[in-house]
Amino acid sequence: MSNKIRVATTSLAGCFGCHMSFLDIDERMLQLAQVVEFDRSPITDIEHCTNCDIGLIEGGVCNSENVHVLREFRKNCKILVAVGACAINGGLPAMRNFIPLEDCLREAYFDGIGVENAQVPNDPELPLLLDKVHPIHEVVKIDYFLPGCPPSADVFWKFLTDLIEGREPSLPYELVHYD
Amino acid sequence: MSKTITIDGQVVPFEDGQTIMDAATAAGVYIPHLCHHPEYTPHGSCKLCTVKVNGRNCSACTFPALEGQEVLNDTPDLNADRQKITQMLFVEGNHFCPSCEKTGNCQLQGLAYHLNMLDNHFPHFYATRQVDASHPEVMIDHNRCIFCTLCVRASHETDGKDVFGISGRGLNKHLIINSPSGELKDTDISIDDAAVHICPTGAILIKRTGYQIPIGQRIYDHQQIDQVSLAREHHQDEQ
Ligand code: SF4
Ligand code: FES
Repeated sequence: MSNKIRVATTSLAGCFGCHMSFLDIDERMLQLAQVVEFDRSPITDIEHCTNCDIGLIEGGVCNSENVHVLREFRKNCKILVAVGACAINGGLPAMRNFIPLEDCLREAYFDGIGVENAQVPNDPELPLLLDKVHPIHEVVKIDYFLPGCPPSADVFWKFLTDLIEGREPSLPYELVHYD
Repeated sequence: MSKTITIDGQVVPFEDGQTIMDAATAAGVYIPHLCHHPEYTPHGSCKLCTVKVNGRNCSACTFPALEGQEVLNDTPDLNADRQKITQMLFVEGNHFCPSCEKTGNCQLQGLAYHLNMLDNHFPHFYATRQVDASHPEVMIDHNRCIFCTLCVRASHETDGKDVFGISGRGLNKHLIINSPSGELKDTDISIDDAAVHICPTGAILIKRTGYQIPIGQRIYDHQQIDQVSLAREHHQDEQ
């Protein structure tokens, strides 16, 4: 086994914007690849994470599968990080928290504009929706938070290089944004 | 000889009748605050201005300056408390910054940035609050109201109108509109009113003016709220 730092990433109730922003570190990715190895992540297509050092979670928790994935990450990652507004406060998906779930489904699958063959999808493979969208710190313990919608590439870079080089991660004023 | 207090060891002069906040602002010392505005009667509700005066916690915006007080302000402990208070404000309302027109120019957000607040810590309430978009020019998004009462005071003290009030207690506390229908369209508010411009958050907005300043040029993009606030209020103080 290599001595590289093992990083896993996932998007729960997120839009993958945080992952895209992470990729915006551009050529610094090559530098990172010298010390880091990706485990479970959309970048690798590995399905389950095992013994990771850092887990990056994008998105809040909106369905039963999100809860299972989040718990798998907590179990397998030494350091778990909430990445982005949705992981931290539920974000835009949580704006459905003010509308009863049934009304959301009715609007999306029955009354919405252009709906044909109206029915609520009920394939057994589909994860069940939770009543409300939750920030991930309400489900498992989170070690660090990277705010932003999305956090900029520099936020990822600063945080990961701090950790990798053995410093306590910190974000200077210019890198703290909620939008 | 003028009377003095010390704030974090710095000697700060004051005149009788001034609060600790007044004296600090005049001396160019920033004490965090959201419900305080130098033009209006202090309200003392947000508690962000909490300082230690001779060892006891006091609200700087309401507490009178008295000869010889030793005030602690910018300490790790007080700032940690302030961060917790700010987190409570964030989970009590619904502050989704990416979808708010005030983002980048919001004092609540600016203060949270200043305190290096990276998460909301507490469970979110997700309280159901309403939006009043009935008025042609001004709208209120109650999701973002922190009950600082600045609009209440501005409407009463400057505009002479009493358009706003606070009603209810605890979780049921809410901003009310003084009109028979309870809607903004049936008040005599106008966009020139001080009350329309005073809100520290994105709760009171002027329609069709959002997102005009590009990211990078907004108030708190590069400047911290302590500098912004002192530049504004220190100056106002001298007038
Ligand atoms: S609407 Fe704005 S100014 Fe009025 S009480 Fe709420 S936060 Fe304060
Ligand atoms: S500024 Fe003093 S209590 Fe709000």
